[in-house]
Amino acid sequence: MLDAKIPAGPLDKKWENYKGHCKLVNPANKRSLEVIIVGTGLAGASAAASLGELGYKVKAFCFQDSPRRAHSIAAQGGINAAKNYQNDGDSVYRLFYDTVKGGDYRAREANVHRLAEVSGNIIDQCVAQGVPFAREYGGLLSNRSFGGTQVQRTFYAAGQTGQQLLLGAYSALERQVALGNVTLYNRHEMLEIVKIDGKARGIIARDLITGKLERHFGHAVLLASGGYGNVFFLSTNAMGSNVTAAWKATRKGAFFGNPCYTQIHPTCIPVSGDHQSKLTLMSESLRNDGRIWVPKKKDDNRKPADIPEDERDYYLERRYPAFGNLVPRDVASRAAKERCDAGYGVGSSKQAVYLDYAAAIERYGKIEAGKRGVHSPSPELVRQLGVEVVAEKYGNLFEMYEKITGENPYEVPMRIYPAVHYTMGGLWVDYELMTTVPGLYALGEANFSDHGANRLGASALMQGLADGYFVIPYTIGNYLADEIRTKAIPTDHPAFVEAEQQVKANIDRLMSIKGTKSVDSFHRRLGKIMWDKCGMARNEKGLKEAIEEIKALRAEFWKDVRIPGTADEFNPELEKAGRVADFLELGELMCIDALNRRESCGGHFREESQTEEGEALRDDANFAYVAAWEYKGDSSYELHKEPLIFEEAKPTQRSYK
Amino acid sequence: MNLTLKVWRQKNKNDQGRFETYQVQDISSEMSFLEMFDVLNERLINEGKEPIAFDHDCREGICGMCSMHINGRAHGPWAGTTTCQLHMRAFKDGDTITVEPWRASAFPVLKDLTVDRGAFDRIIEAGGYISVNTGNAVDANAIPIPKDKADAAFAAAACIGCGACVAACKNSSAMLFVSAKVSQLALLPQGDPERSTRALNMVAQMDKEGFGSCTNTGACEAECPKEISLTNIARLNREFIRSGFTYEK
Repeated sequence: MLDAKIPAGPLDKKWENYKGHCKLVNPANKRSLEVIIVGTGLAGASAAASLGELGYKVKAFCFQDSPRRAHSIAAQGGINAAKNYQNDGDSVYRLFYDTVKGGDYRAREANVHRLAEVSGNIIDQCVAQGVPFAREYGGLLSNRSFGGTQVQRTFYAAGQTGQQLLLGAYSALERQVALGNVTLYNRHEMLEIVKIDGKARGIIARDLITGKLERHFGHAVLLASGGYGNVFFLSTNAMGSNVTAAWKATRKGAFFGNPCYTQIHPTCIPVSGDHQSKLTLMSESLRNDGRIWVPKKKDDNRKPADIPEDERDYYLERRYPAFGNLVPRDVASRAAKERCDAGYGVGSSKQAVYLDYAAAIERYGKIEAGKRGVHSPSPELVRQLGVEVVAEKYGNLFEMYEKITGENPYEVPMRIYPAVHYTMGGLWVDYELMTTVPGLYALGEANFSDHGANRLGASALMQGLADGYFVIPYTIGNYLADEIRTKAIPTDHPAFVEAEQQVKANIDRLMSIKGTKSVDSFHRRLGKIMWDKCGMARNEKGLKEAIEEIKALRAEFWKDVRIPGTADEFNPELEKAGRVADFLELGELMCIDALNRRESCGGHFREESQTEEGEALRDDANFAYVAAWEYKGDSSYELHKEPLIFEEAKPTQRSYK
Repeated sequence: MNLTLKVWRQKNKNDQGRFETYQVQDISSEMSFLEMFDVLNERLINEGKEPIAFDHDCREGICGMCSMHINGRAHGPWAGTTTCQLHMRAFKDGDTITVEPWRASAFPVLKDLTVDRGAFDRIIEAGGYISVNTGNAVDANAIPIPKDKADAAFAAAACIGCGACVAACKNSSAMLFVSAKVSQLALLPQGDPERSTRALNMVAQMDKEGFGSCTNTGACEAECPKEISLTNIARLNREFIRSGFTYEK
């Protein structure tokens, strides 16, 4: 049985007790302990900065040209924290409860409670770093609402919250680089974990410019390498986002938790053609003020402005009056799919719904006019003032929409459709964020821990920074305290030599195929299988087919992929090939996991398990566990179960009605 | 639409480099500029040729990785737009488009359209931060910051570090980039204790990296995809002069 090492005691005292009793490392010993961190997004950069500040010798790796490019930068809407600055009834308990419920009772209570406890510290830390959050006229911080909650606890910086938080963490990281505590390896990709006597002791990395393989020792290795949404080819992830670091760890004995839990985000710009390389998110914050609708009549080809109010179906408001347009993402996505599948979709593809700002513009315009003492404002003035307010709140998102679609969303409602956005699954970790390989940790989106089967909006940034700033600095000490007698292991140790040979053999094998089809062509085909059969709705037949199709595609890939150039130079096609090879294995495991979980929960919707109203139907008696998969060789995985015990948030049918 | 592309090809740092001409057919106006490159690269791979290396990642205008000089303009013809957000609507059938990497000696070319922007990281290392260790912060609302100050700091902080300002500048100056960070932190009370050393050290590092001087031409502001304002450079100049007069070692 998996041991999550959850501390004893009442839920709200566990973290305090842990901090009071975990082992410490004295400053002199910290200087001789080396920590490797893979990934420099919110989790990786905040961990690298914090561990550097503590005095550990840190090596940080990223495949981009600078740590500031990590995909956390693209997070738009905001970050949650239980500050209760709005006096609207928020508390640590409420944030904990909303997160467990939002995750459809598939997250570990103790981790989620800790996350809620440290959430306030994150905001304090970021403000101290100079993160320019939105403020009110009194100079205090502003908040907005996000899906799945009834309080305003989301802090934001226009539609660029992730950017501002990452730049804060990046600047803290660069400060440690300047002080000599962190060494940075940009344009480097981790390609193998090195294990010695069962413990993670380093990595093999490829210098992406020279192609040279490098060996790096660490007393501990932290993976903060993000999620695996790009297995679908089309997603809101960056082009380079990949599962390679986590997958290499899986093959070296780290269990993979809940791989089938993927988040399909309801508000993205729809696909426009076969050339599409990625999808663009329109922040969930837009659902604060925007109203989602489709025509009441099937195949209604009128322009949106020509469809009168009483012929519009505001289906989220209709189905979920309590939360309306702010239901959680999984619910909103399925509702959009349901309307489009039923023939009510809009736009040329009919795979889109409207996100309409007309009502918000009018409402804000009237408020502004009132503030200025204009008592019967003209419609033009109301509109002008309303547009100004909306532009201040969401201007960059509206501009982005216009650049991509060529339509002005201030005048025409946006067309949106769900797209792959985030993966709740990831490397299984215990309470200390350690994987099943001693000394190997996973942080941020790379682990499975806090969001259950569905992540609430504005919680990814919170979790990434919680893990890096406030959790790992404590929990890693508890491990490294026993490592103070371990001298740095020279990298000519046989384990390093062997790991490097393995990496080299894999690269040579890829380069020697010299087939006929590009890496992207395989990636697209994998993405289509995953989207059609392991996407927003899944069933037994489809998943079984998908497993066979992926196996066949993988075999074809290893026979027929074409990678131009050589391995000892800057070769983006080779990088992509390695990542797609890993996605071709992960995709199969996702389907295996989805097939095993014969219930619906959160983002995992099994068509066989739904209520009469089409809502996800959980099966707590049989599936209240974390599925942690152990790699046993090609296409072979063993399931380990971590039972989920709910002491505080008692599972109920999740209702947003 | 059908287009002629003249693209800078350079095998590595030491190669001299040259323009190659490519014809691309059936490009949809809905494609992004980089998707048009994807189409070309797919074809080159199928023809057994080496695809064109270019930096890109988020493809939504925020990571700052994409960096093409298109028809003589950093990120191409649209104002306030990164290369990845430029769409083919901006061009018409039969156009010839010239694509180069950023040209600046502080940004050496690594391959084709990919350059090394490590100099920007080193400038941040020189002082683009507030020295506050994790766990040292007071409550976030303990220091009220006037909204206009916070908004101005945010506007400066919106810089994505892409380097278009350098590429657009006839002197290859990095003043807009440096001034954006200095301004953000100078506008906030949290940044005050290190205000003097920050401006001096970041400018010193900028000079050391080999960026040119600023002559207030304003090409940087005109080409910046995030429309970072030239007033930040004025603020940097004030910060720098003030530091020179007031800072005691």
